[in-house]
Amino acid sequence: MSKTGTIGDSVFRTILIIFAATIIVIVVAMIAMMVQNSLPTIREFGLGFLTGRRWQPASDIFGALPFIYGTIVSSVIALVLAVPLSLGIAIFLVEQAPQKIARPIAFMVELLAAIPSVVYGLWGIFVLAPFIRSYLGPVLQSYLGWLPLFQGRLTGIGMLTGGMIMALMVTPIVTAVVRDVLEAVSTTQREAALALGATKWETTTIVLGNAASGIAGAVVLGLGRALGETMAVTMVIGNSPQISSSLFEPAYTIASVLAANFAEATDKLYLSALIEMGLVLFLVTFIVNAFAKLLVIRVARRSGAH
Amino acid sequence: MGSKIRIKNMDFFYGSNQALFDISLEIPDRQVMAFIGPSGCGKSTFLRTLNRMNDTIPIARLTGTVEIDGKDIYAPKTDVVALRRKVGMVFQKSNPFPKSIYENVAYGIRINRMHKDRADLDQRVEKAIRDAALWDEVKDRLNTSAFGLSGGQQQRLCIARALAVQPEVVLMDEPASALDPIATQKIEELVVELKKSYTIAIVTHNMQQAARVSDRTAFFMLGKLIEVNPTEKMFTNPDEKLTEDYITGRFG
Repeated sequence: MSKTGTIGDSVFRTILIIFAATIIVIVVAMIAMMVQNSLPTIREFGLGFLTGRRWQPASDIFGALPFIYGTIVSSVIALVLAVPLSLGIAIFLVEQAPQKIARPIAFMVELLAAIPSVVYGLWGIFVLAPFIRSYLGPVLQSYLGWLPLFQGRLTGIGMLTGGMIMALMVTPIVTAVVRDVLEAVSTTQREAALALGATKWETTTIVLGNAASGIAGAVVLGLGRALGETMAVTMVIGNSPQISSSLFEPAYTIASVLAANFAEATDKLYLSALIEMGLVLFLVTFIVNAFAKLLVIRVARRSGAH
Repeated sequence: MGSKIRIKNMDFFYGSNQALFDISLEIPDRQVMAFIGPSGCGKSTFLRTLNRMNDTIPIARLTGTVEIDGKDIYAPKTDVVALRRKVGMVFQKSNPFPKSIYENVAYGIRINRMHKDRADLDQRVEKAIRDAALWDEVKDRLNTSAFGLSGGQQQRLCIARALAVQPEVVLMDEPASALDPIATQKIEELVVELKKSYTIAIVTHNMQQAARVSDRTAFFMLGKLIEVNPTEKMFTNPDEKLTEDYITGRFG
């Protein structure tokens, strides 16, 4: 009996090891494939690929800078809008709201995360873009129009719309992580502050102090999500490879250009250029996510130690 | 000696569970009153009614009155923030903030805007740390993290933090239960020293500790106050059979 048992266990173990190893194989295979397929542009342009401002596939000119710029700026817009909103929601849910209210709101936030990207995109085209064109844009231009950020023509489709859609998509994730981090802060910290005559607000600042690195982690996690967001952004950002100071102008992100042009990239160099951008995006989001996870783990470990 | 705190006919509920039954009790000014009793007897719950810390539990409910200096702290207009400044608390597990030693003690002074300037703040922080018998151990590293201190030092830091806002009453919820004998002894000496200036209510499951530090002792069981007497009498000749059984270790 013990013999068959031993064989069974080792078979089971081997199978599990194979399953676990597939993850590593997949990651390595993806990197290898991307590096190999982007060799033509790496050879042709070197680092100039990353700093090139012109993107003219027809004449074999490939500069990735407009896409890198578009990705970064739209992500920054997303975070600037989403982080305060998420912090506010999470603080309300953990520190203020009674259970009866907190639960349904937390549930709705999670639902928001489950809406497919393409639905956000549609909503962006039919609701958000007209809203920016007719209401938000004119208001911004009349009050802040002296800033280069808010000059130019208003079509409703462009960098700002892309960033705002992304903000909506990032908010549920950041909220959920911040909520977990705040909940992990020990009750004894809140009581210590209250016992000293701290107000609700002062107690909240103590909680936030405890959670600081976890909140930073949540923000970086949101950044990772924003950098890689594709479908919704492609639908509303305008897909024009230009670097403009105006947030109303159309732009382009790395993820969008990959999604929109893969089918027509039959030329070897064109394909290689797209894949190299994919590689850049992959590495950046990989690093950003790893960094975020580290920050979140640190808070959990510290509050576990107390 | 006058009473600092006067509790009359207090009932306390968690939802539909009654945790304290008809407690009436007086805590004298500038003395140490110890609360003993088996786990779950309500002594910690009782302590937390005195600075309304139980307010943080939504289902908690209290009837009866708790008067401090003759004012009912459960009256509707009570300023709970001011109450908690006047009635400080030290918890079972030391809970310093993730700040420096100095900033931990300065926190309460800052949020209550008690200091005139930086020098005044320094002075108040030093006095509080001295009063908590911690100064010599930390004076050279005030700006290092409070988490670098030992468990006993952290607990004395928490006492310093509580003293810094100049409370009149200090509530201590098993302040030495997580500490080794030497650190415990330091806390006990400190408690005896502090009663010169403060009214102290201390919950402990350690009967010898109650005997060593307190002037009066109250014995709780199953949410009821069984007996209150001067500590010496309580431990030599208690009025109640139940108290004697508990003190002599027949249950607990």
